[in-house]
Amino acid sequence: MMKKIAFLVAALMIGFLTFSSFNENPAGYKIGDEAADFSLKNVDGKMVSLSQFKDAKGFIVIFTCNTCPYAVASEDRIIALDKEFKTKGYPVIAINPNNPNVQPADTFEKMKEKVKEKRFTFPYLYDDSHSVYATFGAKKTPHVYLLQKENGKNVVKYIGAIDDNVRDGAAVKQRFLANAINELLQGKEVTLKETKAIGCGVKV
Amino acid sequence: MKNILIFLLLIVTISSCKEENNEPIVNSKVEDTSSEINPSIPIYNFDGFEESYLEKPHGIYVINFWATWCKPCVKELPAFEKLHENYKNKGVEVILVSLDFPDKLQSGVIPFIEKHQLKSDVILLDDPDANSWIPKVSEDWSGAIPATVLVKDGKKVFFEKSFTYEELEIELNKIL
Repeated sequence: MMKKIAFLVAALMIGFLTFSSFNENPAGYKIGDEAADFSLKNVDGKMVSLSQFKDAKGFIVIFTCNTCPYAVASEDRIIALDKEFKTKGYPVIAINPNNPNVQPADTFEKMKEKVKEKRFTFPYLYDDSHSVYATFGAKKTPHVYLLQKENGKNVVKYIGAIDDNVRDGAAVKQRFLANAINELLQGKEVTLKETKAIGCGVKV
Repeated sequence: MKNILIFLLLIVTISSCKEENNEPIVNSKVEDTSSEINPSIPIYNFDGFEESYLEKPHGIYVINFWATWCKPCVKELPAFEKLHENYKNKGVEVILVSLDFPDKLQSGVIPFIEKHQLKSDVILLDDPDANSWIPKVSEDWSGAIPATVLVKDGKKVFFEKSFTYEELEIELNKIL
């Protein structure tokens, strides 16, 4: 009897571990990797994929959410980045990776409210299968991936933070992301390819 | 055989705990402990924090990076409180490093500490240039919280994950 129970528990555990490791975030994209296209629902109900942006030179993909204080503190800067770089060929694509069952403030409805309230000028997409963030390897919100189109591929050129002061835009000394885009625009290689910032862990 | 069974059950229990989310903070002891609570929170920049805890040549520290608004952080705080209670006489110091914004110290952090009767030491890390200090805590840290680092005599073991008490105790015992 005891053996049977032990076997059952072991089988359950192996099943569970397999399931967990399946869910486990793989390493995600590294600098130089090609980012796969995706198709996610925007707040207006339309599906958005990178391939729709025929004229874009690249993309500022930002994993963000409605309530994380670091994401909220970054909102105005994300809007400003879109204004500054969309016309230069690098539009912002914001993606909410969180599961509203875990973080109730991150429902699709609340995303719509956020866009209305903050007048987002860019798509704010819902990663409802929570798979795109995992493919990218995003760990937190906000988490930025700068992509550049090269021979039809979207190549990862920068990963990390928007700048060196998440909580206070007025005290920023180094605009990591903007510097990276400006280097790409000048045909140069990005100098600082990866940076780190405190953020809210992705909740799935 | 029985031991193995208990071990397996324990693992399954621990693993499934991760999935739950609405567990309220419950303090096991609610007797008169007000004298143990320190409402004044020391504020550190990273250099000061590093010197005081990460690079101390002697001492054992369980350092948890959290914030009052971080749900999974708040959820795991009881595990750290229990560890503090059980290991405070064994030379282990639990340090709860709040990454709340400094302007929320009076309005958010201190009321939170009082409400939840936190007995571990709480400090505020006020150093906005996280890109320069996150890798000094660990090269493996993405910057997401909760995150925990166990330090013994200046040697660090880092975890970017949520902890149950049992998991935390296992990791602590590995370095003791």
